[in-house]
Amino acid sequence: MALLQISEPGQTTAPHQHRLAAGIDLGTTNSLVASVRSGVANTLPDSEGRHLLPSVVRYLEDGGHQVGADAKALATRDPLNTIISAKRLMGRGLQDVKTLGSRLPYEFVSGESAMPLIHTVAGDRSPVQVSADILKELRQRAENTLGGELSGVVITVPAYFDDAQRQATKDAGKLAGLNVLRLLNEPTAAAVAYGLDRGRDGVIAVYDLGGGTFDISILRLNQGVFEVMATAGDSALGGDDMDRLIALWMMEQAGVSDDVNHSLQRCLLHEACAAKETLSAREDADISLVLEDGTQWQGRLTRAKMEALIEPLVKKTLAPCRRALRDAGVKGADVQEIVMVGGSTRVPKVRAMVGGFFGRDPLVDIDPDKVVAIGAAVQADVLAGNKPEDEMLLLDVIPLSLGIETMGGLTEKIIPRNTTIPVARAQEFTTFKDGQTAMALHVVQGERELVDDCRSLARFELRDIPAMTAGAARIRVSYQVDADGLLSVTAEEQTSGVQAHIEVKPSYGLTDGEIETMLRNSLDHAGEDMAARQLREQQVEADRVLEALQAALREDGDKFLNAEERNAIEGAADKLVRLRGGDDKRAIKKAIEKLEAVSTVYVDRRMNANIQKAMAGHTVDEFK
Amino acid sequence: MSSILTQDHFELFSLPQRYVLERAELDERYRNMQRSVHPDRYASASDQERRISMQQTAKINEAYEVLKDPLKRGRYLLHLRGYDIDDQQTTHQDPAFLMKQMELRETLAGIREQADPLQALDRLAQDILNQYQALESELAQALDSGEEIELAVTPVLRMQFFKRLQEEVQELEADLEDELY
Repeated sequence: MALLQISEPGQTTAPHQHRLAAGIDLGTTNSLVASVRSGVANTLPDSEGRHLLPSVVRYLEDGGHQVGADAKALATRDPLNTIISAKRLMGRGLQDVKTLGSRLPYEFVSGESAMPLIHTVAGDRSPVQVSADILKELRQRAENTLGGELSGVVITVPAYFDDAQRQATKDAGKLAGLNVLRLLNEPTAAAVAYGLDRGRDGVIAVYDLGGGTFDISILRLNQGVFEVMATAGDSALGGDDMDRLIALWMMEQAGVSDDVNHSLQRCLLHEACAAKETLSAREDADISLVLEDGTQWQGRLTRAKMEALIEPLVKKTLAPCRRALRDAGVKGADVQEIVMVGGSTRVPKVRAMVGGFFGRDPLVDIDPDKVVAIGAAVQADVLAGNKPEDEMLLLDVIPLSLGIETMGGLTEKIIPRNTTIPVARAQEFTTFKDGQTAMALHVVQGERELVDDCRSLARFELRDIPAMTAGAARIRVSYQVDADGLLSVTAEEQTSGVQAHIEVKPSYGLTDGEIETMLRNSLDHAGEDMAARQLREQQVEADRVLEALQAALREDGDKFLNAEERNAIEGAADKLVRLRGGDDKRAIKKAIEKLEAVSTVYVDRRMNANIQKAMAGHTVDEFK
Repeated sequence: MSSILTQDHFELFSLPQRYVLERAELDERYRNMQRSVHPDRYASASDQERRISMQQTAKINEAYEVLKDPLKRGRYLLHLRGYDIDDQQTTHQDPAFLMKQMELRETLAGIREQADPLQALDRLAQDILNQYQALESELAQALDSGEEIELAVTPVLRMQFFKRLQEEVQELEADLEDELY
């Protein structure tokens, strides 16, 4: 592949240079990385040909770690240091983690923020760090395969993930040294993999039955806009439960009692899973087991018998389907495509029952384990700028309402769920005491009336409000949710124009300081020089800004700028060019900021012109 | 050329300041604007361009949200003409409408006692929808034909009532279906 990137001499900075991009499915059980090569999106295997990377990290006494199959193999022998299902802990507080309870055998300790840390022999690790270690492994795999540094990635998240969980995922990407172009909803990614974004408008259902979780999402495609209309599911239902049912049947047949030892239990589950997989392609499966007393048991499971065993389980997934349809306000017959995701949807009975429920055959052509990563890769390729003519645009909605706490522990909704993002809303507050200079805001996410029933996102403290008589100050608080569904808040006192200082205390996330410390630590460990890295980052940013500006100036600088404005911009650009060659990272950063400040007017005018162009041909009179 | 951040929602979409609009046309213009400014179009651009793109997209989303919704659009037009109505404001004391409100609420409260509650609820929902649409026409008439602006206030307030009732119908429907399956 690297061959394709060799360019003609002197054309290395050509605008359409191919940028390496990847899509990452960061899953609860397994993770994958995919990329578009020669126009085709495929998942990338490791050196041994394995595509799926078990989402398992084992921490070692010497401070190092293992990721994937090697770590998973030792999970039962070294349970306290082997972290599985870190995704379930992302963006969660210690309290939530306790309610997840007995299924997680780790020793939790509380850290500086409310995020729980897991105590391991290599030190305390947050779920974000564990996820970052998985992402680093995938990054390495992608860079080795593609032969260069990744310019950006798209990471998928469940559609129901709240702000804290999305933020945690993005932080993990940052920590892994990735440029996260976008967080994409998993069901949307699956639909993109099938090219449904190019298909006709309508309702799409994405049925995702993994090893341990079940999710159903109802999407609406409306002129290239994907809207997640509703999601439902069961966080403790999956293919593992099928294996358990089959294993129980085997025990009954073999006359084995309930309290078998650990190794026979594992053996039973392993055989059950193998039989299930065999029965996806054949009518019967032979099973043999060595029992505790050393005797051997032989049995045969027919497909019909297995289907009878798992039927109640598949039925259990249909209740959330019904709920999701109702929340979306559509009927089963309105659904025009059903996308199957997750390894457990290979079971023919699952396909048949889901098809029966919706009244049409589900889409199964793409490997259900890989479909999400493939969709993410398609989107990453577009976002990295490799397809400038591509019209694809995925618009997402905010999955849960954002609100603030008001008197009496009630929530006031500011941005209702299913609002298309990015979105900005503002609210005005006043002071209730003479000379008051600070106030506190508590932002929550959820649909319930009581603050306690919603998820706490962050507490904001506004300081430096000019002292005035009670009720005189007018403080405008602006909430902004970006295209990834992440919230930021700013505040300004209107009468004086004073920008109130906001201190953010993420309820479950990491503070910027914590991320920086972790980044520093992980780099120290890797032996990379922090200062050199920061300098390089500033230089890359400077190049990006300069390149974009120069291209723009060539195109329409004369059209939008008078001589004086153009001189100011070019002066600032020259200064940045000079500093960029040096090694003073702060000076480069300042010069970038200066250049951005003087060119704001220009960027604004260009973007407005873009919109006008989009409107070209339409006039106000047209519809009179 | 004024910045889109200071334009009103109709200007932004190059639409006349009227209540009646062609939904398909609105949708197409929305899509075209999104294609030129959405942050995904600037994923590899400078921080500054990304920031401006986000602000403008948020503004376009907000305008679209208002223009596509018959009630919000009506309230917004009233706002542009100097009349602000808030969410909680209720209809004036009109005995006939008050009577109708009470009847509808009684029907809703009695749904569970019906032989086929879901079917009865469907009928009620359809009834509400019909009345809502009739109010839309009334509002269009009041706002677009140069009549006294006050005439537009009543239909808006009544639409707010029906909207709230619609939400309650949906909640009850969810409860009933949950009990059934």
